[in-house]
Amino acid sequence: MSRLTIQLPGLELKNPIMPASGCFGFGREYAQLYDLSKLGAIMIKATTVETRPGNPTPRVAETAAGMLNAIGLQNPGIDKVMNEELKFLEDYDVPIIANVAGTETADYVEVAQRISTAANVKALELNISCPNVKCGGIQFGTDPATARELVEAVKAVSEVPVYVKLSPNVTSIVDIAQAVEAGGADGITMINTLIGMRLDERTGKPVIANGTGGLSGPAVKPVAIRMVYEVYKAVNIPIIGMGGVTEAQDVIDFMSAGASAVAVGTANFVDHFVCPTIIDELPAKLDKLGVEHISEIIGRSHR
Amino acid sequence: MIRQEKMTVVSQKQIATNIFELTLHGELVQDMTPGQFVHVKVSDSLEPLLRRPISIANIDKDNNEFTMIYRAEGRGTKVLATNREGQLVNVLGPIGNGFPVDAVKEGGTALLVGGGIGVPPLHELSKQLNARGVKTIHVLGFQTEDVCFYEEEFSALGETHYVTVDGSKGTKGFVTNVLASRAPEFDVFYSCGPLPMLKALEGFYPEKEGYLSFEERMGCGIGACFACVCKTTDQVAKDYVKVCSDGPVFPKGTVAL
Repeated sequence: MSRLTIQLPGLELKNPIMPASGCFGFGREYAQLYDLSKLGAIMIKATTVETRPGNPTPRVAETAAGMLNAIGLQNPGIDKVMNEELKFLEDYDVPIIANVAGTETADYVEVAQRISTAANVKALELNISCPNVKCGGIQFGTDPATARELVEAVKAVSEVPVYVKLSPNVTSIVDIAQAVEAGGADGITMINTLIGMRLDERTGKPVIANGTGGLSGPAVKPVAIRMVYEVYKAVNIPIIGMGGVTEAQDVIDFMSAGASAVAVGTANFVDHFVCPTIIDELPAKLDKLGVEHISEIIGRSHR
Repeated sequence: MIRQEKMTVVSQKQIATNIFELTLHGELVQDMTPGQFVHVKVSDSLEPLLRRPISIANIDKDNNEFTMIYRAEGRGTKVLATNREGQLVNVLGPIGNGFPVDAVKEGGTALLVGGGIGVPPLHELSKQLNARGVKTIHVLGFQTEDVCFYEEEFSALGETHYVTVDGSKGTKGFVTNVLASRAPEFDVFYSCGPLPMLKALEGFYPEKEGYLSFEERMGCGIGACFACVCKTTDQVAKDYVKVCSDGPVFPKGTVAL
């Protein structure tokens, strides 16, 4: 597996594949299906200070080659995540990237400070891009100055490197990327979901109780690739790319655009074994490309 | 244990208007219990993308076969309905916690109340209850006669009443109309169907032991995505349950209706 190793701030990845936050819970369910130690890392579900109940149902709806969701950052709060979920994950040889969410700066700082002390949390992913709650961080993710200030505040308390998850729902994602880099971010994860809506055929009303939801799945991949491509040119910190990854070729595409690692989201619902399958398929892909180590393809579309 | 398997189509036939009965062969069957469901990928393409949760209507462990009955209404189930004998279907399952068959003692009576596409899982339940020496009474509600199915199958297992909204078959109205007029004697009730029906049943039998099977839009189907959560009645003990992994069957009074 040495052909697939990737070194990133805080992260020594056996391979560049990790399940994306929100699509993998805290790993327990998928641990029934396969050995989590096979994964490069796990981006666990967003964690907030207090328990979050989430949005009313229906929370998901299918769209053409995609899915809308408005879960609403439901999670049991940092105490339970620290004491139960992260403890459970200690049984596996896999680094954890903790997704940190909040309503105001103090929330982010508290979660980041505490969760970054967990033994297996090797990096944070600042969630400043959830589109599904009124105060879910998107207010931090759409303004460069606000985003930078939040990153500075979290960097000041975090024991581990800080990655920032960017929203595609902005006029210029490059501006936000450069702002969080200036604020001291160690890396960028992108993209979060695109705000979308589906209407019920009979009533004409939104299918999702929240009205809007975040669009994910293969339908968003071209948008995500374009944004990774643009941000790669504009910053000097690594990118973990995501958005519609369903097979090994998608990983090659994201890394070619400039991602150093790749997260798999919605595809975990469609094929619950997709992450280990992609990991197994990558060496053959590298053979076809005539590449010895996967890191050689990072950013090749720019060369 | 949940597994993913390419199962072989043994047979597919239409048994009512837009209602299909699909029998599949594979190893997953050995782990199935009544009330559980399977998560089906209806196509190898990206469209439709998500899996479809479908209940288990009949389990045949001797032959490694199970049957599901579904309504071909949306894009996914319409694709599923095109499968023919010998084709392979990608199935994840069995999923969830089913009906507790042992809640009724031998010699006791169970009331099974189903509505529409909630009727199929009651068939396997009734079979297994009968096998334990439990008498079963079935009250099955549908919109119209043309979407009714399995009359012979249920009648062979016990007293069976059909109800249709338009009165085209059996009693006109809802299942509660039959329950009110006939007042069956029973020990435990089991139900699967639309929420208003489940709610009405809880109100009808506040003193009885009962088990309700719920349906909710799902993402992953295994409890990871939090799409199918329902609020509980006892918010102190636990504020939510997931239909896919904690259910789909819950004891009466668990889910806030």
